[in-house]
Amino acid sequence: MTIKSIRLWLWGAVAALALTAIVAAVLLRQPEQTGFGRGSYNLIDQNGQPVDQTVFVGHPTALFFGFTHCPEVCPTTMAEMASWFEQLGDEGQDLRAYFVSIDPQRDTPEVLGDYVSWVSDRITGVTGTPEEIAKIAKAWGVYYARVDLGGDDYTMDHTASVFLLDASGEFQGTIAYREDQATALGKLRNLLAKS
Amino acid sequence: MIRFLRAAFAASFLLVAPAFAQDHDGTIHHADLNLSAPFTRATLPNAPVGGGFLSIQNAGADADRLVSASSPAAAMVQIHEMAMEGDVMKMRQLADGLELPPGETVTLAPGGFHLMFMGLTQAFVEGETVPVTLVFEKAGPVELDLPVMSAAADAAHTMSH
Repeated sequence: MTIKSIRLWLWGAVAALALTAIVAAVLLRQPEQTGFGRGSYNLIDQNGQPVDQTVFVGHPTALFFGFTHCPEVCPTTMAEMASWFEQLGDEGQDLRAYFVSIDPQRDTPEVLGDYVSWVSDRITGVTGTPEEIAKIAKAWGVYYARVDLGGDDYTMDHTASVFLLDASGEFQGTIAYREDQATALGKLRNLLAKS
Repeated sequence: MIRFLRAAFAASFLLVAPAFAQDHDGTIHHADLNLSAPFTRATLPNAPVGGGFLSIQNAGADADRLVSASSPAAAMVQIHEMAMEGDVMKMRQLADGLELPPGETVTLAPGGFHLMFMGLTQAFVEGETVPVTLVFEKAGPVELDLPVMSAAADAAHTMSH
């Protein structure tokens, strides 16, 4: 084996290693598409801006699924969320909240805007086509179903928990409906400390 | 027929007004029923629905039933039951109304039975009141005002956080 062929072989090895590294880097950058909370969807926020699965990366998140025609669970949770933001103050400045409508036929971006703005300027209302809403709900294992109330009226049964996500968008736990405020704040502080 | 309906309509108003007396603590005595601690909650912007809550004690010897409700503040008021099944909130309309067994108190409260105001004519604002007419199978109709509490109030008199 000549020096030249060894050199050629070594360069070949370097090229192969570089290729492996590039492929690995690309693969690792892709978020996993399966597992709890994983999915891809194209939705819009209350200002008509696009929302997809990447919005949950970069800050800790409180994620809730509801609808504005909701007489109790949603307004209660929104009021509690408002008090979480208030109680956390500057400590919670990185926290973002999302209210995803599971009733997109009635919850237009315009309807959602005023509704969520009552809570905080750090909550985003999310809606979209029924198909795309179904994708995000499936990703988070959220149950929702229409219940007719006579005439054209209907209400929705739905999962009432708030999901907590860390800054990488990973699921970290839930706050149950009507969970004690001290417990809820403890969970949020824990989430903020980890993020 | 029209005259009869008109008379029935007028009579229904006569039935409402004198049928109850109110205690100093706000409890309304209506036939054998004692209605207490009524309230509703402030609605969020654009929320077209609201819940109504109160306690109904049936002090009589016979069962009665809350069969319907109405309010000038809403296009329709229904009687609902809410229940949590695991982490899922489920709501059902009680089409046959709400049974009021003799000697018992049935409480309409957040997380359970409630009046559902649908198609609100205006937002419910904390500090104001919302009028409602409840119709009972035996005791007949009664009007009362629901004070509007905060958006997350659990009861008629809660301390603010």
